[in-house]
Amino acid sequence: MNRRAWGFVAALPPLVALGWAGFAPIELPTRDKLFEIPKGTYARRMAGDRVDILPSRITLTLGVDDVLLLRNLDEVPQQFGPTILMPGQSFRLPFERESENQFDCTAHTSGTMTVIVEAEPEWPWQKVRWRWRHWFQEG
Amino acid sequence: MNAVLLRSWLLGISLALAVAAPAASPPAAPALKAGVLSPVMPAPQLALDGTHGKPLDLSAYRGKVVLLAFGFSNCGEVCPITLATLAGARKKLADAGKDVQVVYVTVDPERDTAAQMKKYLASFDATFIGGVGTRAQIDAAQKSYGISSTKNRNPDGSYSIGHSSSIYMIDRAGGLRAVMPYGHTVDDFVHDLKILLRT
Repeated sequence: MNRRAWGFVAALPPLVALGWAGFAPIELPTRDKLFEIPKGTYARRMAGDRVDILPSRITLTLGVDDVLLLRNLDEVPQQFGPTILMPGQSFRLPFERESENQFDCTAHTSGTMTVIVEAEPEWPWQKVRWRWRHWFQEG
Repeated sequence: MNAVLLRSWLLGISLALAVAAPAASPPAAPALKAGVLSPVMPAPQLALDGTHGKPLDLSAYRGKVVLLAFGFSNCGEVCPITLATLAGARKKLADAGKDVQVVYVTVDPERDTAAQMKKYLASFDATFIGGVGTRAQIDAAQKSYGISSTKNRNPDGSYSIGHSSSIYMIDRAGGLRAVMPYGHTVDDFVHDLKILLRT
């Protein structure tokens, strides 16, 4: 194989990957983005633990993962925004518009959780950016 | 750009499009537009007086869907919009709207008497029932639903109240099923009420 052919072979996989990342529809098994308030959260707070158990900022994407699912696994009720989550109860909140929302949240040391709702990625570079963040920044 | 590179770009994009093309159908949308609580638990009871001249007993509305919200009659922004939206939803549901009961609890017991609340609510829909009581009773009601309110003093000595503005949706069996955040449209409420009225 000559040098041109090797170049062709070497360039193909990343190009296919980039093309796929830009053009393939973004699909997840569920639109729910789950966050759990673990057992013992209240006890840790009362013991003076200031470590944040949940992220203080959550980003959702319309049409992809635009439903916040919060589950209270603690032994005591926890308040999230407009509702009180009893032990074992979950709250599934869908979003339909781009927005930035602040919710009171007793599971946070700051007492607040920010939920940012982004537009659905439509253009190839938006899909690439979303996949990059999803795979490499959110783990 | 040489010919080989150009060919590889074109082939790469073609392959990517071929892989991307057989897109599956998008994931199903959530059933309710409101936030849904699961498992459903009984809605906290209220120990308040109703503007209909009786104690406000939520269990009296079993068989109906109750939309419960908190506000005050001097509210200039949030409450009129919420109440107009709820009235619009009931009207749009036509006959089915008879099975929807709106309950609006004051967060301003110092100014909102039963007569004042009744008159205020009737300006939106005569079937709306208000909840009034002493400061201690209102505080207890707010606490049981996680409602916050803050009194803000104006320079002229008057005050307004910032308050939680979500609407609690209580199903026909008295379970606290869902919470609709402020800002949703009449059609969003109609959508969810149709589902709740079917179950």
